[in-house]
Amino acid sequence: MVQVTTNIPAVPPAQRGYWSGVLSRLRRDPVSMICAGVLALLILSAVFAPWLGLADPYQGSMIKRLAAPGTPGHLLGTDEQGRDMLSRLIHGGRLTLFIGLMPVVLAFFIGGTLGIIAGYVGGITNTIIMRVVDVFFAFPSVLLAIAISGALGAGVLNSLVSLTIVFVPPVTRVAEAVTSGVRSLDYIDAARASGANALTVIRVHVIGNVLSPIFVYATSLTSVCMILAAGLSFLGIGVRPPEPEWGLMLNTLRSAIYVNPWLAALPGVMIFATSLCLNLLSDGLRSAMNVRD
Amino acid sequence: MSATDKPLLSVRDLKKHFPIKGGILGRTQAMVQAVDGVSFDVRAGETLGIVGESGCGKSTTAKLLIGLVDRDEGDIDLGGKSLGRDISLRALRRDIQMVFQDSYASLNPRMTILDSIAFGARVQGLDDPAGRARRLMARVGLDPDRFAGRYPHELSGGQRQRINIARALVMSPKVVVLDEAVSALDKSVEAQVLNLLSDLRAEFGLTYIFISHDLNVVRYISDRILVMYLGEVVELAPVDMIWAEQAHPYTRSLFSAMPSMDPDNRTQKPPLTGDPPNPIDPPPGCRFHTRCAFAADICKTRHPALGPMVAGSPHWVACHLHDPASGHPRAGQGVPA
Amino acid sequence: MTPLLQIDNLDVRFKGGRTVHAINDLSLTLMPGETLALLGESGSGKSVTLKTLLRLLPEKRTDLSGDIRFDGTDIMTLSGRALRSYRGGDVSMVFQDPGLALDPVYTVGQQIAETVMRHKGLSRENAMDVALDMLHRVRIPSPKRRLANYPHELSGGMRQRVMIALALACRPRLLLADEPTTALDATVQIQILLLLRELQREFGMGVIFVTHDIGVAVEVSERIAVMYAGQIVEEGTTRDVIRNPRHPYTQGLLAANLHDVARGARLDAIPGAPPSLEVRPDSCSFAPRCPMALPACRQALPPVLTPGPRRRVACLRAGETLAAE
Repeated sequence: MVQVTTNIPAVPPAQRGYWSGVLSRLRRDPVSMICAGVLALLILSAVFAPWLGLADPYQGSMIKRLAAPGTPGHLLGTDEQGRDMLSRLIHGGRLTLFIGLMPVVLAFFIGGTLGIIAGYVGGITNTIIMRVVDVFFAFPSVLLAIAISGALGAGVLNSLVSLTIVFVPPVTRVAEAVTSGVRSLDYIDAARASGANALTVIRVHVIGNVLSPIFVYATSLTSVCMILAAGLSFLGIGVRPPEPEWGLMLNTLRSAIYVNPWLAALPGVMIFATSLCLNLLSDGLRSAMNVRD
Repeated sequence: MSATDKPLLSVRDLKKHFPIKGGILGRTQAMVQAVDGVSFDVRAGETLGIVGESGCGKSTTAKLLIGLVDRDEGDIDLGGKSLGRDISLRALRRDIQMVFQDSYASLNPRMTILDSIAFGARVQGLDDPAGRARRLMARVGLDPDRFAGRYPHELSGGQRQRINIARALVMSPKVVVLDEAVSALDKSVEAQVLNLLSDLRAEFGLTYIFISHDLNVVRYISDRILVMYLGEVVELAPVDMIWAEQAHPYTRSLFSAMPSMDPDNRTQKPPLTGDPPNPIDPPPGCRFHTRCAFAADICKTRHPALGPMVAGSPHWVACHLHDPASGHPRAGQGVPA
Repeated sequence: MTPLLQIDNLDVRFKGGRTVHAINDLSLTLMPGETLALLGESGSGKSVTLKTLLRLLPEKRTDLSGDIRFDGTDIMTLSGRALRSYRGGDVSMVFQDPGLALDPVYTVGQQIAETVMRHKGLSRENAMDVALDMLHRVRIPSPKRRLANYPHELSGGMRQRVMIALALACRPRLLLADEPTTALDATVQIQILLLLRELQREFGMGVIFVTHDIGVAVEVSERIAVMYAGQIVEEGTTRDVIRNPRHPYTQGLLAANLHDVARGARLDAIPGAPPSLEVRPDSCSFAPRCPMALPACRQALPPVLTPGPRRRVACLRAGETLAAE
């Protein structure tokens, strides 16, 4: 049998999988790296907050109310109850990040599953799933979050549920669209033609190819989710005081604008910085995943 | 055909219509009659070429044969067993496989070549899927040590097509349907792949159904040719017979439409004007009558049946010109020169 | 007579993740009113050549060197208004997939009229008249009705006719065609090829027709240039190149043609695959696959022999077939 002469070198280079290629491209993107660094810092400080030797975030002092940043002992000043801002910001990051990221993670799995099923099976299943999703889509996300949270009541768990419900429909939409696109390709036909059942085809062929677009889309939702979570707390239907949480802090520090505007702005700056980094990192991820060798 | 000469694959009155839904309630507004009553037999070891233009239904027929699309009506018999009655779809898929047109979409971009080929064997529970895949890779001319771990985007079109062929053969099918399998390849690569297909056919005793729009390729590889137009079979004959004389006016136009290879003898007039029509609401009577140079009144009302040109001839045609009893002014005289 | 198009020593190199030397030292002359077929397979550089002529290549990623003169004017120095007038006005292009090249949100009439208005400065009404006339000339049935059609309402063959009408509306002196019939059915393809031949006689423009199909090249052109690995390996009149191919690649292409081959006979396939063009060729690019290759072929670029006026072959051994005659 005549061997086919090719241009591929005799010794194949070390097999680079798709994901390691994505990682290396990401590493070469300065913006993404900076954002990843900032986010890592935020997340790590949030996770290890209790062990960072910070002041007690719940310990207030009426004398030291609204101290300006730079006051000895309080690097970023104190809030309206005299609690140390730096400590509250870092501890607040734990809750904000949790409520900001967890719903998207849950929505990714729930919405992804629903969307893939709807996209692959098609027909009446698709219609049912997608029309139900459309009902939720009809509401602006902020309104929906407020409505559900209002109905469930305040609290971390309720916020989690409410935000997850808000983000499942968009993820489902994207998952369905991408899966429908892949469904019509020849290699899916070939897999079906070899006698595989639907579950096998989805598991082996569909998931690998639809995961990245859904994942990238989900990461782009994280910044919105963060802002919504902070917003819910700001409105009083999210985290309850005295828990430190950036959105809640924005609310309680509102009146401090007249005394010391920097203090009032600090939680907002944290929300802004985190959400910006999430956005930019998600963009960088999309570019890194888009390139085909 | 003698009693022992039973065909390996037998298709009878295959029909597939696709509804076009529209309007607010999604009501069916029209039917695309993609395949409308197609019948043919294929003997073991032979190669049947199917030709036709856009809308003729050849790709839909291919998908019906391997069960990717459910038929509305008709019977598919493989080795005497009827699909649906005697054998399941899953069992049918072991014996009849398809090679797709090489395109970006024919191989899973996220799977290695080895996994893509071995998938079918794994699904069907065959033993040693990886070993089978490697042996087939070598057989189609790709060194498994160099290619097993590669991804489709690293290969050329010709190499990907060899992978497609290996994938189709991993389950040792009896019949292989090739749907425009060489159409996307450069001519020099096409020749290599055709040589490979001929070798494999001889070595494994395969039966091919070769679908293409390229008459030259079909002539080269096939024993018999089937011509489709608007979902129907209009002519069916051994290759040499149809090459010498095309019985159906459409087939004749199709042959004349091939570009000339002689610079001193270029085509002067197109054999057919207009575009191939849409299979939605095809014309009544003979579906070709709207473009046929020899159409008569009978052609607009009566549908010609597929039958031998002369009794006992293996050359079959569906045209009133060849049927002495049709009522056509030129009935029984064939196509004028 | 000034050549309509004169390309001298064109080099096109794509930078970026991978370097690709798409075109290597290409020289070509086209006289007014001539139809030239650029015959080659994928990766030969034929489409890149056309895109270079219209300056359609991405500027940041492309390194261009060489001389391209259209009717005496150096097109590489054109910019701004002169470039816009050149594109579509002097030279226009017909693409392979009319579905992608036509704007789906404008009617056919609007698209043709727009280009006429821009290049000739006509009023909208007059431009529509020109559009109607062009649709007549490309033999579209019911042209008046088609003016108001959107591209998706037309079949593939009709869309291609519209694209031809669009390309010729401003009476360019050179028409570039990038495999315009590859995606069409056989019966439609032959109609479009004959249409192009007729229009070329009517309008008198020069045509460069890119194709991989020898039959198409024969039907549409009087001259053929065979491309391989970014170079022209053989050029001459269609009759001469088809009847007397002198380059082993051309001979291989013609031998691989299924037109006259006996059924089931072993095909004379050219083994191997084209080079990857990551480095600039410094020897014959076809040598690894050539049945007639000599050691000398791998050591230096092949000489370009000219067995006749405007007939050339880039092969060391082409002289032998000459001597044998």
